[in-house]
Amino acid sequence: MRKFFSSPTAVVGTLLLAIVLFAALFGPLVAPFDPQEFHPVARLQGPSATYWLGTDQFGRDLLSRVLNGAPATVAFGLFATAIGVGIGSVIGVIAGVSGGWVDSTIMRILDGLLAVPDLLFTLLIVTVLGGGMEHALLAVAIAFTPGMARIARSAVLSVRTRDYVRAAVARGESGFYIVTFEVLPNALSPIVVESTIRVSFAIMIGATLGFLGLGAQPPSTEWGLMVAEARQFMFRNPWCVAIPGLSIAMAALGFNLFGDALRDALDPRRSH
Amino acid sequence: MSWGYLIRRLLAIILVLVIVTFAVFAITAILPGNAAIMILGEYATPDAVAALQKQLHLDQPWYMQYYSWVSGILLHGDFGMSLRLSLPVTQVVGEAFLNSALLAVTALVAVTIIAIPLGALAALKRGTAVDLIIGLFSYLGTALPEFVTATLLLVFLAAPNTGPFPAGGFVAPWEDLGGFASHIVLPAVTLGLILLAHVSRQVRSEMSEVLSSDYVRAARLKGLSERRVIRRHALPNSLAPAVAVISLDIGYLLGGIIVVEEIFAWPGLGRVLMYALENRDLPVIQAVTLLLAGIYAVSNLVSDIVIALLDPRVRYA
Repeated sequence: MRKFFSSPTAVVGTLLLAIVLFAALFGPLVAPFDPQEFHPVARLQGPSATYWLGTDQFGRDLLSRVLNGAPATVAFGLFATAIGVGIGSVIGVIAGVSGGWVDSTIMRILDGLLAVPDLLFTLLIVTVLGGGMEHALLAVAIAFTPGMARIARSAVLSVRTRDYVRAAVARGESGFYIVTFEVLPNALSPIVVESTIRVSFAIMIGATLGFLGLGAQPPSTEWGLMVAEARQFMFRNPWCVAIPGLSIAMAALGFNLFGDALRDALDPRRSH
Repeated sequence: MSWGYLIRRLLAIILVLVIVTFAVFAITAILPGNAAIMILGEYATPDAVAALQKQLHLDQPWYMQYYSWVSGILLHGDFGMSLRLSLPVTQVVGEAFLNSALLAVTALVAVTIIAIPLGALAALKRGTAVDLIIGLFSYLGTALPEFVTATLLLVFLAAPNTGPFPAGGFVAPWEDLGGFASHIVLPAVTLGLILLAHVSRQVRSEMSEVLSSDYVRAARLKGLSERRVIRRHALPNSLAPAVAVISLDIGYLLGGIIVVEEIFAWPGLGRVLMYALENRDLPVIQAVTLLLAGIYAVSNLVSDIVIALLDPRVRYA
């Protein structure tokens, strides 16, 4: 643990993640204003003693809006990744454990799906499902599935021929036992590292969909949507696009750095 | 690298593309909203809708639709007609492809030119303030989604009347090179930022490893100048992983181009795709997706070849 915090990446990552998670859990409670409340005399203001981060085109307090948007944004990243990792791991483990034609069929299909860039894949699925936060979440989860399946498969393959797995096979353990208690726990660390980093991609794609009008809908305080709504007024008050934009960057950076530090801690060979 | 390997890789790409056509076709086939009604409008008579469905082959089972679509592409290079624009898809997509390629290649070349020296510099000055600043910058680069970068660049560099760059649009380079250059700067910077971060980080980590390797130590002990050690020994051996990262990043680039073109009104594939998605223009959606997936698959192959050329230790069987 002490070793984990000896790298600056881990310290900064943990710090950013703590701030972001705090905002996600308690943001709406500590927000100084109602995020939807108009203050007509204080439109498009810069930071001041009353409005710490300024106000948007309706005079709504930006700090309160960003804090209120935090749960939605962070939950989006976490749930989309969790679903994608869940389905992907099941597929990857099935491929890795079965081997043979099952494995090669699954892998060829995954190769095909991986050739479609993430954002394009997500856009296609969102178009099929229709916009909105839940559909966007599902789309990101589906788009993540092939990549995660690949990682889970290679993790499984790397432990499949280890002695302890062979020992379990020799003991005559059931396939289910071997997969659940011998293979999975040992294949878990690359999956955990990759998922942590993917949360930051999920947050970025979610915000991008919100920005394009295909994710969260007004009057939501989702950060991507906030940037899109404020764009018309950005030259009069850059704060109203900068604040939600930098919030997204902060959340993404937190998960990214934390994931990198986790990788270095779990797999010392790969760290430089 | 043997011919057998190349042929097998090409066959693999074809297989990937076949799977992509199935996936794209499946997705577009379950798109809600009847394409014929989308074209004719809500008040179309049932007769007119039926006639158009017949004309578009929408009344046939999906495998017949798939067959006629694929055979059209393979036999005649014909991707069908755009439902909304009443133009052949090849014409709509072809023009957009050219514009997108201009943007993507500019971004890629700029990234390669800037990122490799930047990463090498960070590795040479490892642990110093220079390394830290480059590191921070590259981390920030990976955490900013394209639409945020684009919006911030617009605020600071494209303000009406005072900003040095136009806020969007496109000028063809063969019409006005200066206009083209000023229009491409902001979209290319936006696209390149994430890649710049990835590539410079990769070069840094690879270069730090190479710098502490035995052959670099041997070169130094031989009495070669530091300049020569870096140029002839360290740098060339750090490049192969950078190429691998660039080729993986083509995926980001192709996704990013959709957002960037939408924001900067760049008339490329991304804009065409967004328009087609909004208007359920199935043939255009199918063609653009297939094209982007094809570019990605081919660029991965090209990068493997480049890596093998850069690093003679790499052998593909």
